Amino acid sequence: MSRQPTAYSRQILLAGAAVLACWPTGPLAAQGSSFDRSRPPIVASPPAFTMPTVQTARLGNGLTIQLVEMHELPLVEVDVMIRNAGARMDGDLAGLATFTAGMLDEGAGTRDALGIASEVAYLGAVLGAGADWDNTEIELSAPRRTLVQALDLLADIVLRPRFTASEVQKQRDLRMANIIASRDEPNAVNGLVLNALVFPDGHPFHRPAGGDSSSTARLDSATVRGFYGRTFVPDRTTIVITGDITMGEARELLTARFGSWAQGGPGQPPATAAQLPAPVDRATTIYLVDKPGAAQSVIALARPGIERSSADYYAVQVMNTILGGSFSSRLNTNLRETRGWTYGAGSGFAYRPVPGPFRASASVRTDVTDSSLMEFKREMELIRDSLVTPQELARAQAYLALGLPADFETTGQMADQVGELLRFGLPFTYWNGYVQNVMKVTRQDVQRVARKYLDTSRMTIVIVGDLPKIRAGIDATKIGPVQVTDINGQPVQ
Amino acid sequence: MSLSRTGGRSRLGALMVAVAVLAHWPTGALAAQLKLPYTIDTLPNGLTLIVHQDRSVPTVSVNVWYHVGSGDERVGRTGFAHLFEHLMFMGSEHAPYPAFDRMLEAAGANNNGSTTEDRTNYYESGPSTALPLMLWLEADRMGWMVNTMDSAKVDLQRDVVKNERRQRLENAPYGMAWDHLPGAMYPASHPYSWPVIGSMADLTAASTEDVKNFFRMYYAPNNATLVVAGDVDPANVRSLVRRYFGEIPRGPAPDRPPFPTFQHTRDSVVVLEDRVQLPRVYFSWHTVKAYAPDDAALNVLSYILTGAKNGRLTQPLVYDRQVATNVQAYQDGKLRDGDFGVIATGKPGTPLDTLRSIIDREVARLIAEGPTARELDQARNALEASQLRGLENVDAKADQLNYYYYYTGQPDYLAQDLARLRAVTAADVQRVARQYLQAPRVILSVVPQGKKELAATRPGATP
Repeated sequence: MSRQPTAYSRQILLAGAAVLACWPTGPLAAQGSSFDRSRPPIVASPPAFTMPTVQTARLGNGLTIQLVEMHELPLVEVDVMIRNAGARMDGDLAGLATFTAGMLDEGAGTRDALGIASEVAYLGAVLGAGADWDNTEIELSAPRRTLVQALDLLADIVLRPRFTASEVQKQRDLRMANIIASRDEPNAVNGLVLNALVFPDGHPFHRPAGGDSSSTARLDSATVRGFYGRTFVPDRTTIVITGDITMGEARELLTARFGSWAQGGPGQPPATAAQLPAPVDRATTIYLVDKPGAAQSVIALARPGIERSSADYYAVQVMNTILGGSFSSRLNTNLRETRGWTYGAGSGFAYRPVPGPFRASASVRTDVTDSSLMEFKREMELIRDSLVTPQELARAQAYLALGLPADFETTGQMADQVGELLRFGLPFTYWNGYVQNVMKVTRQDVQRVARKYLDTSRMTIVIVGDLPKIRAGIDATKIGPVQVTDINGQPVQ
Repeated sequence: MSLSRTGGRSRLGALMVAVAVLAHWPTGALAAQLKLPYTIDTLPNGLTLIVHQDRSVPTVSVNVWYHVGSGDERVGRTGFAHLFEHLMFMGSEHAPYPAFDRMLEAAGANNNGSTTEDRTNYYESGPSTALPLMLWLEADRMGWMVNTMDSAKVDLQRDVVKNERRQRLENAPYGMAWDHLPGAMYPASHPYSWPVIGSMADLTAASTEDVKNFFRMYYAPNNATLVVAGDVDPANVRSLVRRYFGEIPRGPAPDRPPFPTFQHTRDSVVVLEDRVQLPRVYFSWHTVKAYAPDDAALNVLSYILTGAKNGRLTQPLVYDRQVATNVQAYQDGKLRDGDFGVIATGKPGTPLDTLRSIIDREVARLIAEGPTARELDQARNALEASQLRGLENVDAKADQLNYYYYYTGQPDYLAQDLARLRAVTAADVQRVARQYLQAPRVILSVVPQGKKELAATRPGATP
């Protein structure tokens, strides 16, 4: 069994192949058969990696098809992406987009929820639907031999969901129970409180994309149908297909199933950053959430981050890899590998079309909560106050740039990469410039973005732990006022 | 249960579960695609090398299995195999700490390790040009690590592992169930009776001398298998492996502690109170080890119970009666023994006996009526297709080759694996359900604090 938290997942990489001019090169043969074990092998320039072509077609109703041929195995991945159908469009009903996505396969066409699940599995297919902040996505993976039947099911789910009142109620009750259970997870509570504090009421990120108990209680068949009707239209839909198929086949199969889907028009776009209330830029404040008897404290330090289209994107990626985005990063080296206070410490920027949060965090032993907090602060100050070493810069750049091909290996990964470009409006030539853009970042750039985005005098800090045991130590750090809050970020006492 | 050195990137658990796979399409055409071509080779020092070529992307995966896990530990030193795994990243003679992680990151490669009851694995994956570096680093810690070990390294990783235990068990909702389940399931003299992560007291007791002795006993080339998969030339791989690993001396034949056979004579009931709001019940039955004759039928049974929304347990619990938020069944066949589990989480305030009686009733109905032909086909097709998807990923294939080789002696066991699962009949499913799931079991409840009345009881017992 595996129940692994994801502490060190790679940053999202979208890049093209290039031989790195700065990379040490040398033929393997030069090392001979008798060799000096004390000298590490020289790593040759990585082989050129050519991104496959992304083919494009458009149906009469505005639906777009993007396709990448991959004929290694008889598998096809079909991802339906509906733009502006994500949680940013929830309005005053947090969780509506993700709930609607989850309802799609709970009855559609001629089948009920169990009938769909049974048929999908019988076809050897896997089907999932969800929504992020921007889009709804329905993902299908099917063996080539059952693709036609699997696409029939997919079309039912996208075009003919039932949203019956009884199924909506069933899933609403289930979501309510899962929300209750998630409040037992110290990491989840930390994230909820942090988002509620960094983003003000009225900003979509203030509330969870998965909804809260009060918004969930208001979900019903009519609200779900309303959201579906407003957002699910072919002219805002792209179907990304990767795998053992050609554009000719795909166009014919999709035209037959999605060609008569009636156009819906541009609809209402999500608010731009300028139209949203600004994230809260407060003087450093520490918020404590009591978790009686907790064996560890979950510490997070946060600031408003950057949007994906920011000109600082590459410098921020390199800076964060050095600070907390890799195993050898400064935060992990300090808090785990030097002091043994945690199983892992890290940091990351959430990239969205409008700025998401920056978050640095770790689960630490209760009796070193205050000391750990000071080390987080010290590492952020250090990367602001002095240049990173040339070795750190080179390592972070190589880690980001050379890992590229592995992110295009499976049909699902390939579809995800195409989807990322679509989500952020980036061109398909984007990958070709990625490596160069990473390699252009200088030590000065790293320091500049650290200074710009890691202001330690203006951090929102959330700690979920055993309050009576950690309170005095946190007060004594004197790095900011201390406020006790409940699990929704509301002040207590 | 599998533990990794770092939290991310581990997909071994998924592979363990995905072992059960079969084909039941009208023809065997899809099964014909399920192949893992390889070459196998043994060095004079006993190191086994398996190479699989896949040129779809210019990457390589190096995957080393040492045939030692928590099942080789002694009472009083539980958690040691996993602590040792952490120490393997603390430097070796030619690559002193922290060279291992830094050099791999500088080559664009990832790495990690993980420990189960039966084995410890280490892997690197990245650009194919990083292969010599990966092999040099793995060879150095296989041959030149023990003399660099000292108490400072042991103390540091001991603290890290204790934090890992806190993060996964003490500070995670329901986490302590995994501390209690092994001991409730296996007799105290059986090495599966303690969790892979071990106890805090035993972690405290581990010494530098223990580390050195463990290394000499288990970390020798003759107790390891090295898989290299990806965009490589097999002849070049063989020559690199001989260069880097060839001079590492063979070690002793590892000493495997004995373990008892056993049988549960009555249900054992365990109740834990935890800081949770939903009650959860764990059932565990004694079954068979991996690849024993009934292992395949038990895998199919687990799919029929909870593999999809229309599963025999999922449908009544989550859809029809709506008394549970989820339910999951698994056959966990290991090297020395095996167990079958069902885990179900109740809606707030639901007595776990309500879940138990539905589960018992549905299992009895399955035994009486057997699965339908359609249910069997659905299970076979779903499991077969998941195996096909596993072949998309080089890292997964490298681990699968090691997995098959260790448990069956054949790296390319895929075809037989499919055949044994395809051979499972409705009568087999009925028989293994009757034989194993109607025998005495462990019933472990995790209930909200102060809510012991929600705990599941023995059938027929008066609460």
